[in-house]
Parts: sequence; structure tokens; C-alpha cells
Amino acid sequence: MDFIANLPPHFFRIPIALTLVISLVFINALIMVYLERKIAGHMQFRLGPMEVGWHGLLQTAIDAVKLMSKQLIVPDKAHTRLFRIAPLLAFTPAVLPFAVMPFAPNLQAVDINIGVIFIIAMASLNVMAIFVAGWASNNKYALLGAMRSVSQNIAYEIPVLLSLLSAVFVVGSFSLGDIVGYQGKIWLFIVQPLAFLIYFVSSVAETNRAPFDLPEAESELTAGFHTEYSGMAFALFFLGEYTEMFVVSSIATAVFLGGWHGFPLPFFEYSSVVWFLLKTYFLMFLMIWFRWTFPRVRFDQLLNFSWKYLIPFSLVNLLITAVVVKL
Amino acid sequence: MLIYHYISEILFFAFIVLTFFGGILAVRSKLIIHSVLGLAVCFLGVAGLYFYLDSPFLSMMQILIYVGAICIVLVFGVMVGYTPTQIAEKHLKGKNLVLAVMSGALVFSLMTAVIFKSEFVPAAKRTGDFSMEWLGRSLLYDYCLAFELISLILLAAIVGAIILGQGGRGDN
Repeated sequence: MDFIANLPPHFFRIPIALTLVISLVFINALIMVYLERKIAGHMQFRLGPMEVGWHGLLQTAIDAVKLMSKQLIVPDKAHTRLFRIAPLLAFTPAVLPFAVMPFAPNLQAVDINIGVIFIIAMASLNVMAIFVAGWASNNKYALLGAMRSVSQNIAYEIPVLLSLLSAVFVVGSFSLGDIVGYQGKIWLFIVQPLAFLIYFVSSVAETNRAPFDLPEAESELTAGFHTEYSGMAFALFFLGEYTEMFVVSSIATAVFLGGWHGFPLPFFEYSSVVWFLLKTYFLMFLMIWFRWTFPRVRFDQLLNFSWKYLIPFSLVNLLITAVVVKL
Repeated sequence: MLIYHYISEILFFAFIVLTFFGGILAVRSKLIIHSVLGLAVCFLGVAGLYFYLDSPFLSMMQILIYVGAICIVLVFGVMVGYTPTQIAEKHLKGKNLVLAVMSGALVFSLMTAVIFKSEFVPAAKRTGDFSMEWLGRSLLYDYCLAFELISLILLAAIVGAIILGQGGRGDN
């Protein structure tokens, strides 16, 4: 027992945080796939999944079991090692931002003073994984899908960064804990409405979701960069995508919507976590709503929208913010 | 605590190995795509070394700029220009080989000279606190001229890109 007592506290803290994060990731994906299908169904005047469990609640769990039992097929001419490693490369950076996510005042694994930069750096690693997946498949649809995905991602990474920077200018700190703490007085959404709008639009594009889901154009590119993937390898890309949705929504919550701030709820002891999750899932609901109501854009429109509108507007917003903060 | 010390030592050597083999992969591999990925691994190793040196900001910037931007630009070049299994042409022969060895030796000797000439400050005597504030202050006050000159190079690169792009894709 002496040996265990002498171990530094991080030895226990890190495994506990990891277990919580991994379970959150999987449960979130299960819920989101179910919600996506259910909301899509109701928006189109049909019921969505109804057969497995009450109102189809167990549908995604069964789907996950099916995916796990499937064979992992590696195409004959593919680059085997890179092909195998790409799903992991896509999944890992999607999970890492949870390390700095402020779920509640005391529920944050680490509060590093460059939290915002850390999250953006991890998002940029994701691009590399998409490219590796598309290239290693040795399939022209996969490669074209990867090219689209990569060019879209780097085009929309810039407005994301600039809009977050203007929030950072107001607070004067990169730490997510400080940013949330600052919003006890006033939510940054009110101070920086344009930055919030730009951030949310570009993060929808960053997660490759409709109306910006051009890398997955069924009629021209089949499934984009993950065309050749089957079974759990495919599921990992999907998990990564839904996790990324969660991550961008929770950053929007933490930076613009006041994070865990909210009035105390009557029946919950831990109302701050509830508030955080409520806001995050509301933003994710908005994303699903976008998907089933907006027509998708053309690829040149997509890139023009970022380079000609979002980036100039966010630069102007940043400049005005800097001047106002300095005054 | 002793256990932290061991962990950091192990991580240090892991980062060294990552940087070294990434670099080897970047120069020695036959497939150009492996070179790009090797370069990315090498950059990640360097980012880890920055982290080891207690400069998380620099390490994140290394990932953001070198892995997230420079490698991606290289990737674009590769995706447009090469088919996946195409072997890059070997240019390292004859006159090129001599020049490569000479320039490599020159850089190596200069680096060694710098390393042996410079006086290393013991850990107790830090020259700054290396926080973000310190970095920003030293870049924009103390070394402002160097900083601006570097940005001039970037400006030249942008102008060059515009000139290259002006002609459009041409007829072919």
C-alpha cells in the first residue's frame, strides 16, 4: 500500500479522466446518430428508426455491434500501413481537446494557459489524417474527397482562429477557464455577435457537415475520403466526426455562450454541468437542423464564402476589437 | 518527485527518436508521400522537445504552423503532382552528391561551432520567464526589427504567389 500511496496524484487523475472522456465520446456518438436519424425523420414527416427498442432507442447500439462484427477490408493496391493507421490518426486529435474542456468549475482535466491554441492545434492535426486516409486508399474518389476535405478545412480554419482570437482579446487570456470565468458578468455572445456567427458557420464547415458536406458527395465522389473503409475503421471516422461536432459546439459554448454559467436549477445539485451540456447539445441540434433544411452549396461557392466574406469580416472584427480593448 | 523525473527522461528520448527517424524518413524514403509524412513526424518530435523545454506555447505553434500548415501545403503539391505509387526520381548523384555532402558538412560544422562557442546558462539562471507575455514583448519590443524583416519575407512570398497565380491555369 505504501507504494500506491507514494504515487503522484496524476497517476489516478489521468486514468479516471481518460475513462470518463472515452465513455463520453462513445455515448455522445450513440446519442447523436440516434438524434440525427430521428430529427431527420420528423423533419421529413416520417418516424425514423422505430423497430429496435422503444421508439428505436437501441438502433444505434445494434448498429455499433454490427459494425464491430464486420471484416476490415484493406484494398489490394492500398498502402496497408497508412491505411490502417489513418482512422486512429483521425480519432485521436478529436478526443484530445477534452483535456482542456471546462465542463464545470471543478470539472476540467487540466487548465493550461493556452487552452484555445491547444484545441486549434489538435484540429489542424485532423486534416493530416483525412489526407492520409484518402491517399492510402489508392482510389481516385477517396483522393478527390480528401483533397476537397483538406482544402475546405484549411480555408475554414482561418476564420475559426480569427473569431476565437477576438474573444481572447476581450478576455485577455487563452485559458478556457479564464474565458468562462470572465463570462459571469456578460456572455461574450453579446459582446462579439459577429465573431460567434463566424465561428459557428466555419465550425460547421470544419466538421464537414451539411450544407458544407461536399467531401461526401454521393453522386460524384461516393463517400469521399472514407470510401474504402469498412467496419470499425469506418466507425472510427464517424466517431471522430461526431466527437468533433461535440468539441466545436462545446468550444462555442465555453467561449461565447457563457460555458457553465446559468441560474441554479431546482432539482440538480450539479447544475453547471447540466447547463454546459444543455447549451452544447442545443448547438448540435442547430447543426442537425441546418443539415436537413439548407441546400448544399457548390464547391467554389464554399471556398469563396470563406476567403471573400468570412476571413475579411473576421479580420475587421478583430481590428475593431483590438482598438476598443486598447481604448 | 523521482517518478516524474523518469517519465520526463523517457519522453525526452522518445521525442529525440521521433525527430531523428522522422528526419531520416523525410530524406531517405523513395515515395515522396513518405517524405512528407516523415517531415510531419519530425516536426511533431520537435514540438515535443519544445514541450520538454517547458515552452508549451512554442510547441503548440510548431504543431499548428509546421504540421497543420506547411506539411499540408506540401501535401497539396504531392496530391496534385504524383500518383500514389510513383517513385521519386533520384537526383542524388554526380555533381549533386558532391554539392550535397559539402553543404551538409558546412551546415554541420557551423552548427557544432555555434554549440561549442555559446555559453550555456545553467537552469537556475533563466534569461526570461518564457511565458507568452515575455515572448510577445521580446518579439514586438526588443527584436522588433528582426520580426518585421521576417514578415517582409512573407510579404514577398505572397506577392510572388499572386504573380504566379495571375496568369491563371493557361490553355493546357
